[in-house]
Amino acid sequence: MERPGFLPRQRLDDLLVLLRDSGYRVIGPQLAEGAVVYRDIGAASDLPAGVTVESGPGSMRVIKQDSPRQFAWANGPQALKPRLFKPAESLWQVQRDAQGRLSFARCDETPQAVAVIGVRACDLAALRIHDQHFLESEYRDPYYARRRERLLLVAVNCTDPATTCFCASTGDGPAASGDYDLLLDELEDGFLVTSGSPEGQKLSAALALTPAPDARCEVARAAVERAAAVQTRRLPPGDLFDRLFAHRDHPRWSEVANRCLACGNCTQVCPTCFCSRERDETPLDGASSVHQREWDSCFTEGHSYIHGLVIRAETRQRYRQWLTHKLGSWHRQFGRSGCVGCGRCILWCPVGIDITEEVHVLMQEPVHD
Amino acid sequence: MTERGIPMEAEVVARVDESPTIFSLSLKLVDGDQHDSYRFMPGQFNMLYLYGVGEIPISIVGDPDQPDLLQHTFRTVGRVTRGFARLQPGDRIGLRGPFGRGWPLEAARNRDVLIVTGGLGCAPVVPVINHVLNQRQQHGRVAILQGVKHSDDFIWRGRYEQWDAEPDTQVLLAADVAGPEWRGYRGRVTGLFEKLELDFVNGITMMCGPGPMMTAAGQQLLERGAGPDRIWFSLERNMQCAVGQCGHCQYGEKFVCRDGPVFPYADIQHLFGVRGI
Ligand SMILES: Cc1cc2nc3c(=O)[nH]c(=O)nc-3n(C[C@H](O)[C@H](O)[C@H](O)COP(=O)(O)OP(=O)(O)OC[C@H]3O[C@@H](n4cnc5c(N)ncnc54)[C@H](O)[C@@H]3O)c2cc1C
Ligand code: SF4
Ligand code: FES
Repeated sequence: MERPGFLPRQRLDDLLVLLRDSGYRVIGPQLAEGAVVYRDIGAASDLPAGVTVESGPGSMRVIKQDSPRQFAWANGPQALKPRLFKPAESLWQVQRDAQGRLSFARCDETPQAVAVIGVRACDLAALRIHDQHFLESEYRDPYYARRRERLLLVAVNCTDPATTCFCASTGDGPAASGDYDLLLDELEDGFLVTSGSPEGQKLSAALALTPAPDARCEVARAAVERAAAVQTRRLPPGDLFDRLFAHRDHPRWSEVANRCLACGNCTQVCPTCFCSRERDETPLDGASSVHQREWDSCFTEGHSYIHGLVIRAETRQRYRQWLTHKLGSWHRQFGRSGCVGCGRCILWCPVGIDITEEVHVLMQEPVHD
Repeated sequence: MTERGIPMEAEVVARVDESPTIFSLSLKLVDGDQHDSYRFMPGQFNMLYLYGVGEIPISIVGDPDQPDLLQHTFRTVGRVTRGFARLQPGDRIGLRGPFGRGWPLEAARNRDVLIVTGGLGCAPVVPVINHVLNQRQQHGRVAILQGVKHSDDFIWRGRYEQWDAEPDTQVLLAADVAGPEWRGYRGRVTGLFEKLELDFVNGITMMCGPGPMMTAAGQQLLERGAGPDRIWFSLERNMQCAVGQCGHCQYGEKFVCRDGPVFPYADIQHLFGVRGI
């Protein structure tokens, strides 16, 4: 493996400028509205320096510290998913002429190339799953594809996981692997830079970095190792469908349903959830209509509606769908679990329902079945 | 791998009112190349789009050997179907398809074929009935069992009479509630299994209709010795995309739009009959 280069912190702007000069719109983490969100980045000073996040089920607190570190927090509510699989977008439009004839056209403007800085291991794992779902199954989604082709990823290894993180137990983190172009390890005074693609190599070469000495590499390695060791939550491995399904009438489903608001926050922040609904938006001109797609959630009534019947009418059935899909059916659909251990569903659940705790209880022998 | 497509323009060339709430539209793809290359298998469906209103899954009826006649039968139930109910010959709509996997025609060859339907559930099996009866020599005995809630819901009387007149073909009708004119059986469609004059244990059963009906009928056939790979169901789920992406049609690990809508019992027995899946 190539030895990482060292990028002193004050040169981080060089990377941003280089990306912009290479034609990328640069997106990265920023502190806004009390959370770390991904937005356009003008300069390295926009990054959340000295910010750590204290999180727990249904709660989060941003803490400012006197530290130069810009990636000492785990993850924000959203990262890559909304970049590629848009919360709402137009799929096609149709014109109707005076004779009532229809002509259909795909909405396909070419998106600008985007570079995202600060992508985490869990996000890369989720990206791989969405690539499988949108690009590699029977039908390819051209809308996702055109944005994916123009995406550059600057990943960061996690050093400060939240208490809600459990990527070590799902095997997806805290060390980033997979489809990144550049990988950063954050040290006190700068970054180790490793390239993961030809594009990344070009960027890294253009930065003309000096090779990082062994001691720095060792510090970085130890930090990631510690980030794995401090995680306390975990999920049992493997396809849990049969085990969860064997307990499909376990009283815990009703118990969790009493707490669950069926708000769908968990599916919104989940980086692997892919459900969407479609509808038409007709401008007032009466001569055209636009067919839209927007995120949906299995917690909504409409998700399982067929005429005269909501198949999953009760919240316990919806929670069961979400959990058995993530940890069971997912293995059969994609060859792996649908959970990458990011913990967002725990943190952003308004009543603090914890997937790891629910699974733990549900996997115990049922009280009665 | 195919790219997810956009609708093709189709013209309504004929309309038949089957009952006050059921009507059929014959469609023709406007573009010559699209028209010539369109092929479907019995049991597949199209996504039909009504301008400015929406897109819904509708089974393809008609005969696969005559792909010219692209027929669909609708029951008016809600927003989009009410809109379709207003269409007349000459009107244009959008069509994406065909989607899904159809009935097991190969497996049915040289065997007895039992068809069990409930309500408008019969639409997806009409093309398979046409196909089997068109190739009468290549199949064993055929029985068509149709159940309706009320005898007034029964449509296509002429068609059933025609099928009944075919050699080695049994047509049996059941109505839960029947008016004085009803000459068929009174009760559930499963009550007709006693009268079957074919071998469904070694034959193939194809079934569609309301969930509880299929659960009960499937269970009885299994108890009577039919194997789990011999009983096939067409399932219905909410469908937004029909290309395995929107997640709405999930049934356990299956995407009904892509892996179905037709499934052998063997593939879904771990889910079958469980409420809220
Ligand atoms: C594979 C398949 C084949 C079908 N074949 C036929 C057929 O041949 N003839 C026929 O009349 N009907 C058929 N249906 C059912 C038909 O799609 C629904 O009746 C129709 O979508 C109802 O739309 P609506 O707007 O009129 O009803 P509303 O009750 O207003 O429904 C609103 C929306 O919910 C969704 N929806 C409601 N019911 C269903 C449903 N049963 N299945 C899927 N989505 C639904 C649709 O997006 C619909 O537009 C089929 C469904 C499936 C899944
Ligand atoms: S069914 Fe539910 S859990 Fe599965 S992808 Fe859709 S929203 Fe997520
Ligand atoms: S209808 Fe969208 S996944 Fe099946």
